[in-house]
Amino acid sequence: MKPIVIIGAGPAGIRAAQTLAAHGIYPVLLDEAARGGGQIYRRQPANFTRSSDKLYGFEAAKANAIHQTLEELRQQLDYRPDTLVWNAEAGQLDTLHEGRAARLDYASVIVATGATDRILPVPGWTLPGVYSLGAAQIALKFQGCAIGERVVFAGSGPLLYLVAYQYAKAGANVVAVLDSSPLSAQARALPGLLAQPATLAKGLYYRAWLTTHGIPVHQGASLTLIEGERRVQSLKWRSKTTERTLDCDAVAFAHGLRSETQLADLLGCEFAWSPLNRAWLPQRDSAGRSSSAGVYLAGDGAGIMGADAAEMAGERAALALLEDLGYRVDPQRCAQLEQSLERIGHFRQGLERAFVFPEDWASRATDDLMICRCEEVSVADIRQVVGEGHWEINRVKAHCRVGMGRCQGRMCGAAAAEIIARESGRAVRDIGRLRAQAPVKPVPFGLEVEP
Amino acid sequence: MIEVDAVIIGGGIVGASAALFLSKAGRRVALLERDFCGSHSSGVNYGGVRRQGRPLSQLPLSQRAHEIWGQLPQLIGIDGEYQRSGHLKLARSLDDLRALHDYAASSQGFGLDLQLLDRDELRRRFPWVGTVAVGASLCPDDGHANPRLVSPAFAQAARRHGAQVHEQCPVSQVTHDGQRFAVRTETAVEFRAPWLLNCAGAWASRFAAQFGEAVPMHAGHPAMLVTEPLPVVMDASTGVEGGGIYARQVARGNCVLGGGQGFALDDARARPGQSAVIEILRQAVELYPFLEGAQAIRTWSGTEGYLPDRQPVIGPSSTQPGLLHAFGFAGAGFQIGPAVGQALTEIICSGASSTPLDAFSITRFHSISVA
Repeated sequence: MKPIVIIGAGPAGIRAAQTLAAHGIYPVLLDEAARGGGQIYRRQPANFTRSSDKLYGFEAAKANAIHQTLEELRQQLDYRPDTLVWNAEAGQLDTLHEGRAARLDYASVIVATGATDRILPVPGWTLPGVYSLGAAQIALKFQGCAIGERVVFAGSGPLLYLVAYQYAKAGANVVAVLDSSPLSAQARALPGLLAQPATLAKGLYYRAWLTTHGIPVHQGASLTLIEGERRVQSLKWRSKTTERTLDCDAVAFAHGLRSETQLADLLGCEFAWSPLNRAWLPQRDSAGRSSSAGVYLAGDGAGIMGADAAEMAGERAALALLEDLGYRVDPQRCAQLEQSLERIGHFRQGLERAFVFPEDWASRATDDLMICRCEEVSVADIRQVVGEGHWEINRVKAHCRVGMGRCQGRMCGAAAAEIIARESGRAVRDIGRLRAQAPVKPVPFGLEVEP
Repeated sequence: MIEVDAVIIGGGIVGASAALFLSKAGRRVALLERDFCGSHSSGVNYGGVRRQGRPLSQLPLSQRAHEIWGQLPQLIGIDGEYQRSGHLKLARSLDDLRALHDYAASSQGFGLDLQLLDRDELRRRFPWVGTVAVGASLCPDDGHANPRLVSPAFAQAARRHGAQVHEQCPVSQVTHDGQRFAVRTETAVEFRAPWLLNCAGAWASRFAAQFGEAVPMHAGHPAMLVTEPLPVVMDASTGVEGGGIYARQVARGNCVLGGGQGFALDDARARPGQSAVIEILRQAVELYPFLEGAQAIRTWSGTEGYLPDRQPVIGPSSTQPGLLHAFGFAGAGFQIGPAVGQALTEIICSGASSTPLDAFSITRFHSISVA
C-alpha cells in the first residue's frame, strides 16, 4: 500500500505525524536536516551539550516538546532524515539520500516545507561576513558560533530583535539593531498585535532587553551600504534625519520570511497572490487542503504564520487528510484549531503593519547592485531587459538569467520581482510568478539509483 | 480591422524570422503569438546550431541557414552567444562509427567539411570525452547558441523593421473569403491579409486541418538540464550517433545536457520527468567524465511537433492558395528556422523558394488517414 508522506520535520510536520500516528497510520516523514525540529527548533549536533534554555530561551519548552514528540514517535513512523525531496510528479516523490536517488509513491502528502529569509539586497551584501538573519541564528543555534565579533542586525521582522537578543545573550558584541520600520508603524499596529499578547510581550521584552543592555536600537533606519575589502569592515545606514557609519565585522539582515513553495508548485497546487505575504502562495482551505487532491499544506511553506501556527496547521492538515480518508476525527478539535489559526492570522496582519515592507527599496536600488548572486545579475541587467519591453518575470529570467542559478530564485526572486514591477510600472502581483523547476535543490551527476 | 500583406501565426524562430525577412522586403506583417515570442520550443531548446546529422534533404536549407547564422549580429542586433565551436558526434561502437563514415560520404558536396576521428585522434583533440567513445565525426563550423536570447531577438528585430508583433494574442478563428484571410484573435482584433503563414509549431496541425490538410503530428518533450558553472573544458557541442545524450558548455561554464523524453503537463507546458533526468545524470558521466560529482541545478522541457517521418512541413498549402505551412521540425528547427523564414519570404515576394522544398510538402500526408 502506498504510504502517507509528510515532507518536512519542523513544527508542522512533526505535529502532522503525531496526529496521523494517533489514528493508527504509519506515515513516512522526510526531512532534509539530520535531526528533526525544523529551522526554528533546529537541534544542535548530537555531541553538543548546551541546554535547551540556552538554545531556545523562552521557546525552550516548545522546542523540547517538539523534539520529544518526534523521539516518542520513532516506532510509529518511517522517519527519514538527511533526505531531500528534489522533485514531485503525479503520485510520486523523488528523493536524494546520501547520494542515492529513490522514488517514493504516496497516497497523500502533507507539504510542510517551511520558510527562508526574504532578502532585499544592499550594496556589499555578497561580502564575507554578511548573513541572513535566519543563517545567523542557525550558526548560533546549531554550531554555537557567532557570525562575527562585532555584529549589526538589520532589516525588519520579528526575527530581527529575537536574533539580536540571542546573540547579545550568548555574549556577542551587538553593535546595533537597525529596524527599517518606523516607530509610528509599530504604534499603529498595536491593536492587531494584542491578539497574541504573549507573543507581543516577548517581542517587546527582546527590544527592551537590548535597550537596557546598552545596545542601540534605531527605528526607521535603513541599511544602505556594506563596505569592506575582503570581508565586512563597516556599514552605512540612514534614517529620515541622519546618515551614519558603523564599524563592524559581520551583518545579519532580512525583511521577514518567504515561503518555500517549489514542491507545492511541482505537485500542481494552484497559487494565489497574498497581499499580506507580498508573494504567490499555494492555495489552502482553512484545514490545509490544497487545490490538488491528496496534497495538504501546513506551516510557513504556504504562508508565514510562525511556529505556533505551524504546529496547529500540521495537526489540522493531518486531521483533514484523515477526514478525507474516511476516518472519524474530533470535529471540536478541528474547529478549535481553525479558530486559533484565525486568531494568529489577525496577529500576523498586525505584524505586517508593524514591520512594514520597504516599498521604496526598488526605487533606491542602484544599477550596480547585485540581485542574483548565483548568476551575477545586477539591477541594471534587469532594468535593461524590462526596458526592452519584457515584464513577465519568467521572460525576464529567460533574458538575463535572474533566478536561473543554484538557488532557483529562492534568494533573489522576491527582490527581482520588486525591481521588475517598479521598472515596468506594474504591481508586483501583475508580473507573474517564477515557475518552479526541478530540482528543488541541486542533484549530482553520477548518483546511484535505488532499484 | 487591420490590413496587412501577411499574417504569421506563431512567434517562434520560424515565424519571427519570416516576419523579419518579409518586413525587410517591405511587406506589412502581423506576427501573432499566443504567449511570448520565443517562449516555447524555439526558446527552450538545447541550443544546438548544427547541420551534421540532418537528413540529406535538409542540407541545402540548413547550409543556407548556416550563412544566415554567420550574419547574426547584423541581422538581429545581438550575438546570441552563438559560437562555431564545432559539433562532435560520438560513436560508442564500431557500427556507430561506420554509420558516421557513411554519413560523411553521403553528405559530401553539401559543404559540411566533416572530419572523421578515430579513437586516438578523438582522445588527442578532445581529451574530455570519455573512453566509451570509440571515434567521432566533427563538423568544425557547426556550433551552439543561446535560444532564450536568439529566438525572441528575431521577433524584436522584425518589430524594428516595422512588423506588428502581438504577444499574448491567441488566434481564435481563421477564415478565407476567396480573396483574403480573416484572422480573429481572442483579444478581439481582426487581421486581413492575402497571405497566412502557419508557423504554430506543435500546435500547427489545427490550422492545417481547418483547410483540409490534417497531418499526423504528435508532441515531443525533450528532457534537458543545466549544471552550475564548471571550469571550461568542452570546446565543441556534442551528440551521440544513434541518439542519447547531447551536451554543450556555455562560456559561463554551465553545461547544458539533453536526452530522453519528458511529459506534457497540459497542452502548452511540459516537464522533463524524473526518469529522463536520472538517466542523464547517470549516463552523462560515461561520455563526459569531468561531470562526475557536478551538480545539476535546473531541468526543463518544451513542446515540439513531430511528424511520422521526422521531417518538417514547409511550403504552400495544396488546398488553400495564400496559405504557407512551416512546422513539425522534430526538435531540430532552431538552426534551420531562419532559412525557412527566408524561403517563405521568397515564395511571397518572388513566387518560389530558391532552395528546394519539395521534400517537405504537406501533400506527402494527403493519402494518410489521420487518427
